[in-house]
Amino acid sequence: MKTKLSAENLNISFGDKQVLKNINVSFAEKEITALIGPSGCGKSTLLRSFNRMHDLSPDAHINGILRLEDLDLYAKNVPVTEIRKRIGMVFQKANPFPKSIYENIAYGLKINNLPHDKEVIQKALEEAYLWDEVKNDLKMPATRLSGGQQQRLCIARAVALRPEVILMDEPCSALDPVSTLKIEELIKHLKKKYTIVIVTHNMQQAQRIADKTVFMYLGEVKEEGITSDIFNHPKNEMTSNYINGHFG
Amino acid sequence: MQYKTNKLSSVIEWGTLLSTTLIVCFFLIVIIWEIVSKGASSLSWEFISKVPSEGMTKGGILTPIIGTVLLTLITALFAIPFGVCCAIYLNEYAENNWLTRTIRASIRNLSGVPSIIYGLFGLALFVQALQFGTSLIAAGLTLGLLSLPYIITTTEEALKRIPNSTREAALAVGATKFETIKDVVLPSAMSGILTGVVLTLSRAAGETAPILFTGAAFYINGSTGYINQEFMALPYHLYMLSTQHQSIDQVRPIAYGTALVLVIVVFLLNLTAFYIRYKYRKNEN
Repeated sequence: MKTKLSAENLNISFGDKQVLKNINVSFAEKEITALIGPSGCGKSTLLRSFNRMHDLSPDAHINGILRLEDLDLYAKNVPVTEIRKRIGMVFQKANPFPKSIYENIAYGLKINNLPHDKEVIQKALEEAYLWDEVKNDLKMPATRLSGGQQQRLCIARAVALRPEVILMDEPCSALDPVSTLKIEELIKHLKKKYTIVIVTHNMQQAQRIADKTVFMYLGEVKEEGITSDIFNHPKNEMTSNYINGHFG
Repeated sequence: MQYKTNKLSSVIEWGTLLSTTLIVCFFLIVIIWEIVSKGASSLSWEFISKVPSEGMTKGGILTPIIGTVLLTLITALFAIPFGVCCAIYLNEYAENNWLTRTIRASIRNLSGVPSIIYGLFGLALFVQALQFGTSLIAAGLTLGLLSLPYIITTTEEALKRIPNSTREAALAVGATKFETIKDVVLPSAMSGILTGVVLTLSRAAGETAPILFTGAAFYINGSTGYINQEFMALPYHLYMLSTQHQSIDQVRPIAYGTALVLVIVVFLLNLTAFYIRYKYRKNEN
């Protein structure tokens, strides 16, 4: 499998606090990789370093090499907006723009100078399994949608830009079981076109959707591998304790 | 017994709070009643459409109305762009260091400076140093300075209420920081910003002290509305009719009428702020 996204000797600290310690990890193309581990282990920090969301925190110090294929994501001559166009992101809490459903999809296309006619919008919404539910209400403010619909809209918004990678930061943690299953279906379907890295607290979810799983603890990668191996035959004792619910 | 004392004390607490509220309302009603009952009789179309005549004992108050409207307009044109941009800088761009904290504390302190001090400052800066003379523009800029700290503070509060996840949403689809602020943050914060702006302007429109030395005139005969000349303003007109006029008793009804018009203008501005908030809330949900 071709490596799409990778981190080499990655260290991240906020002020004096080191959050990630010497991370070496890679994510294969068109696969779903789950990042699991107890709260505060650095999963989200790792995820957000790939689309340079830490650029916003003045006290973040990032050392190491992050790559999208061969592209150095932190190279001086690479515009951050280009990276975020190629590496999309879906957040923990659905955060649609305070605009209409239509505008939510069109906005990202507009600012990236991509075509944003109705067909493109429809295609993105269809890909996120949302079109049938909203096709008659495209002018409605997106905030009126249900939580699950809002999250699928956020996925449609990311998909519309035709990214190569989609990062998902606990996308289902605020949703009910039915909406969660819908989103999981959607994620599995998106795998055909996109490389997906998903942070999750939900062990069952990781087992249901992820091809590979990475277990992190206190800022380090403790174990990584094929999901069924990690859950059925963990090599590391820490991993075994965590997935069996002894801590976390 | 224990039960009964509890009940009694809760009645006392409730009664104290209620009576305080009622006393406040009582004074408010007395003030409004005093102005409305004595001012309503002089209120008419002529009163607001005619200029003062015969030593201000006859005619209307059109000249001070025009003056106040133009004055508020100049204040707005000066204070809104500077105030909003300053707030955007402080909330979105400035790092949290001692310099930013000093700037922010200074702005908060400025909003506590008495308005007469602004009047003196305006006299020194705009009227004398910059040679604007006592004029509409000098007074408007002085009121603009007075309004700046309020606009900056309310705008900053409105921006603070926008959660970071909203900013991240725009950045994650490839928006630059400026695009994020322009297209997502500002529209989300608009109701809060506009409410602060309108309330600040309604306060500025009623100010007397800052325009006293910078451009407000006792009386203007003939045409008005030139920004390089003196002007009449409602609050100053009211002050003058009530205390400085040679036949105070004769002009008392005009004074009350002026007070009523001023209250109505401020009330309408507040109503606008209320409407803006209502409209944006409706759009948001």
